[in-house]
Amino acid sequence: MKVETIDRFIAMHPIAEKIQSRFPEGFLSSNEWRGDLAISVKREALHDVCAYIRTDSELDCDYMVHVSSVDWPDEAERFEVVYEVYSIRKRHRIRIKTRVPEHDCQVDSMVDLWMGADFMEREVFDMMGIRFNHHPDLRRILMPDDYTEGYPLRKDFPVQGKGWRDTFDFLNDPN
Amino acid sequence: MKLEDQRTTIYKVDPNHPETADLPTLRTEELLLNMGPQHPATHGVLKVIMELEGERLVKSTPVLGYLHRGVEKLAEGGTYHQFIPHTDRLDYVCAMYNNFAYCRAVEKLMDITVPERAEYLRTLVAEVQRIIGHLFWLGTQALDIGAMTVFFYTFRDREILLDWFDELCGARLTTSWYRIGGVEQDFNDSLIDKVKRFLDYFPPKIDEYVVFLEKNRVWLARTRGVAVISAEDALSFGLSGPTLRGSGVDYDLRKYEPYSAYPWCEFSVPVGKNGDTYDRYWIRIEEFRESIKIIKQCLEQMQPGLIMADVPSVTLPPKDRVFTNLESMIQQFKLFSQGFDAPAGEIYCGTEAHKGELGFYIVSTGGGNPYRLKIRSPSFIHMGAFDYMSKGYMIADAVTIFGSYDIVMGECDR
Repeated sequence: MKVETIDRFIAMHPIAEKIQSRFPEGFLSSNEWRGDLAISVKREALHDVCAYIRTDSELDCDYMVHVSSVDWPDEAERFEVVYEVYSIRKRHRIRIKTRVPEHDCQVDSMVDLWMGADFMEREVFDMMGIRFNHHPDLRRILMPDDYTEGYPLRKDFPVQGKGWRDTFDFLNDPN
Repeated sequence: MKLEDQRTTIYKVDPNHPETADLPTLRTEELLLNMGPQHPATHGVLKVIMELEGERLVKSTPVLGYLHRGVEKLAEGGTYHQFIPHTDRLDYVCAMYNNFAYCRAVEKLMDITVPERAEYLRTLVAEVQRIIGHLFWLGTQALDIGAMTVFFYTFRDREILLDWFDELCGARLTTSWYRIGGVEQDFNDSLIDKVKRFLDYFPPKIDEYVVFLEKNRVWLARTRGVAVISAEDALSFGLSGPTLRGSGVDYDLRKYEPYSAYPWCEFSVPVGKNGDTYDRYWIRIEEFRESIKIIKQCLEQMQPGLIMADVPSVTLPPKDRVFTNLESMIQQFKLFSQGFDAPAGEIYCGTEAHKGELGFYIVSTGGGNPYRLKIRSPSFIHMGAFDYMSKGYMIADAVTIFGSYDIVMGECDR
């Protein structure tokens, strides 16, 4: 209750307000910290929101900065996909975030909006195992094509790696 | 010839020789060629699978990851200070700028203001690094294209600056000179003298390189009109740095989101028109001159002062006190073994390195380690545009095209 009342008095960022009024269903929350604006949306609305900020003349985000992903193993919707976009003409930066559960790890691809999303999404797929629907060429990019040991940036993946390394005696030797 | 025309004419009958249309058709098939991973012109270990029609590229698929070392995963296990030497190994020819970009990102996370003198020192060294980076690029790009002489000249001048780095921090390539909240050491008189001498020495040398290249018909033929990309496509691919500015977009974070001492210096951002390899070369030559301007202004405006922010919970104590003062030694030890408590939150901080926008996205949940650290490396993103930009060009142009991005695979694969 308390959090809600505080939210009502703190003015939202105008960009967040604009997106909220356009997508009242898909919009979840917005947060501004250290000058960075982050907007959380529902997975179903992600592509529509991105298409909107790409084409709307006031938002006009024509530049894809990076696509990233965060693993939160203890939460129900485990993975977070992060798109960071920038507007060269308006000079603002927006971070769009969405959550996906582990059993249904997929979001819509943004390759039709920003061509650069091709490689960036492939990297997220490779490292975190999130599938991008309608992606033209979703393959591993940094790890080998035949790599079967999982997704290295997940929190349950050990830093020293998996698989054949476990057979090295000196790595597991308690002495 | 425009890119679009070039793409379609591969398949058509030569309009100047219509008689060839009546000739019996020869059996043709596409040839698959592997270039790399061990190839002298790939600047590391990059493999490109090329589908060829004659000598023209129909499709090229970059195969990345030969230098993948899992730097982002390693970052999650160490403290913020411990990650600085890892950033040296990203773009190993321009370590200073990686340190700079990373330290800025952590400073944004910790909300630290860096003292003025430290900002000037950082900007000066970053610009020296930019000159080194562009010298390295110019030499190797010319070598790849077939103009060997320039290589020897640029590497001769690069050596002067690398020796200067050696004197500054004890290392030529893996420098680790930047610290969170400031820099490791102040300049001494000899360093300042040497920079000043270099500033007098260098401008005539730039003209020398230009003479070598602009009088070279091979260089001009192989760079003009090669790897053209329009501003709209370049933006859509997320290109940055000289590769984007060559297409006529003046996106430079030093101007768009001024940081460090850049807002206090006067300089301009050269912007190309045609978006071809020649324009990217021209921009880098002009950036030599701009960097010299910035270094001069930094030297003039610099005042004595602190070189490290005074935030004992985050920044390191001065080196001379560590060895004489118990509290400082404890502070140093704790910062390196446990790290500092970062607030929970997430930030993205981009820095204009000489290749393009080098950004760090850090997610923190509190505590001494980053929860997630993502590196936005320009080389990786530039390689995403390679297939699109190389369509319709000759095999030999492939080297020109990825050379013109200034890729370094250590940064691309991380």
